[in-house]
Amino acid sequence: MDADQDRPLTQPIIGIDGVTRRFGAVVAVDGVTLDIARGEFFCLLGGSGSGKTTLLRMIAGLDRPSDGRILIDGEDMTGLPPYRRPVNMMFQSYALFPHLTVENNVGFGLREEGRPKAEIRERVHAALGLLEMGALAARKPHQLSGGQRQRVALARALVKEPKILLLDEPLAALDKKLRERAQAELVALRERVGITFVMVTHDQEEAMAMATRIALMQDGKVVQVGTPHDLYENPASRYVAEFFGQANVFEALGRTVMVRPEHLRLSREEPAQATSLQGRIENLVFFGSFYVVRVTLDGGKPVTARLSPGELAVAGSPGQGDEVYVHWTPAKARAVLE
Amino acid sequence: MSIRRAAVVGLPFGWLLLFVLAPVIVVLAISFAESRIGAPPFTPPLLWQDGALHFSITLDNYLRLFTDRLYADAFLSSIRIAAVSAFITLLIAYPMAYGIARAGERARPSLLMLVVLPFWTSFLIRVYAWTGLLNSNGLINKMLLNLGIVDHPLPLLHTEFAVHLGIVYSYLPFMVLPIYGVLERMDWTLLEAAADLGARPLRSFFRVTLPLSMPGVIAGLLLVFIPALGEFIIPELLGGPDTLMVGRVLWTEFFSNHDWPFASALAVVMLIAVLLPAALIYRVARRGELAA
Repeated sequence: MDADQDRPLTQPIIGIDGVTRRFGAVVAVDGVTLDIARGEFFCLLGGSGSGKTTLLRMIAGLDRPSDGRILIDGEDMTGLPPYRRPVNMMFQSYALFPHLTVENNVGFGLREEGRPKAEIRERVHAALGLLEMGALAARKPHQLSGGQRQRVALARALVKEPKILLLDEPLAALDKKLRERAQAELVALRERVGITFVMVTHDQEEAMAMATRIALMQDGKVVQVGTPHDLYENPASRYVAEFFGQANVFEALGRTVMVRPEHLRLSREEPAQATSLQGRIENLVFFGSFYVVRVTLDGGKPVTARLSPGELAVAGSPGQGDEVYVHWTPAKARAVLE
Repeated sequence: MSIRRAAVVGLPFGWLLLFVLAPVIVVLAISFAESRIGAPPFTPPLLWQDGALHFSITLDNYLRLFTDRLYADAFLSSIRIAAVSAFITLLIAYPMAYGIARAGERARPSLLMLVVLPFWTSFLIRVYAWTGLLNSNGLINKMLLNLGIVDHPLPLLHTEFAVHLGIVYSYLPFMVLPIYGVLERMDWTLLEAAADLGARPLRSFFRVTLPLSMPGVIAGLLLVFIPALGEFIIPELLGGPDTLMVGRVLWTEFFSNHDWPFASALAVVMLIAVLLPAALIYRVARRGELAA
């Protein structure tokens, strides 16, 4: 991380302490304990119903935990309403006020703080400038494109200079082209403003591309927390391994072992040093910089390997229907929980 | 296709022309006639005689309307009573509409049904029923006397208070329904956003909910104010002898004095008095809605 390194990092900016949220018989969030450090771009990742949005809403104060505590900057916020928390949220639908101009939307929170008019104007224009929306200050939300609305929503949440910015699926409403650009912009924005971002998303690629750390959630529980690299390379369970990209899972000696497709090697001859499995190439797809090779092992189990053209040549350029040996360096195999 | 379309548009249009505009034109014509004893009780304003069209138009009715203070007073008093009643109706109807809009999906139809339920009984009977509740021996006074809250029956019936009560009671659904219609479609995430930005619930209401529900509020105010302005039954049954409203004056001129032309002039002025502000408010509301 960057700008915040000189600050004491001993105290997490967000402390989630045994938080549970029940809706009737349904447990949406189940005993989550999690610390988020100052200046992180933290991502809550999971499928629908994993509890990620409920957890975010509880940090914002829009929902209350049934059990447990939420601390922000060391202060217990569990019972505080949203309007008394030093956090701001960017909603998935953006939730822009349709009857107010862009300028008044962004200034809404500052007016609630009772700031003088001149200061409001100045800060609103600074926030709009930061997101390159200054020229559209007089527009109403319905006169804006999706991407512009997203920027207004961001400006509105940032202008209050919160300790934490919460983002609920911030890119979900954008079309694919815009989304990739917006990903990079959000990361750059966090570096410029220096505050902690907590984002909810269901898209693992998005989480990998943007987050400093990711908490993967499933059925209301945090399955694993770590950097994108950690989660990809050292998944704790088969679920995590398969959530982050493709994984080949083997049962060996009573253990479950996972190998990523790019760590699998092929050869026509039986390799001397490594354990290998025999199979037949089902198909071979060329993606320009790499090949994806699907092999059916002799037991009938399908595996996927990803090889560069060079690696394929080393393997003896096998083609569809050819018998091959599949092997890997033991260091690249990861033991995972089933 | 275009013939069908013309029929679809033309039928209601023709209906309005025939049953709304035509009577208005008749009233307008009579308002320029002179009163006389006979049937009909006015001189025909247009007459085809000896192969020529004869006009006999007089502005006397309108002159009398504007010179005799009684009528101006009746107008002003009507506007005041209708406006105050409409405002009180708003204060009661808004929380009701809000409550229904925020109630569970399953409770909403029953709650709306309760709002509309009074329509199943005749308007006249419902207003008349209030006389039984409000008079000196009525339910309300008896209860107050028995509880020892008052020594003498309160004069409730035949007061302006009773007229307000009658209007608020009778027109409440016309206020609740349009406001409910707007609130029901409202995006409640906006209130979460307002709270997130630091607004307490009451501030959120005045800065977000209320402005966004203005089209419903304006529609409701018009739906209550306009009929209340010309209301006859409520002031007649519940009002006192001094409760001056245009509807009653019109009734007196028409049925007691048999002065059709003057009653028509009164009706025309009333129509204009209602249409002008209504059109104005409608345009303002439309502009607001387009912007929103």
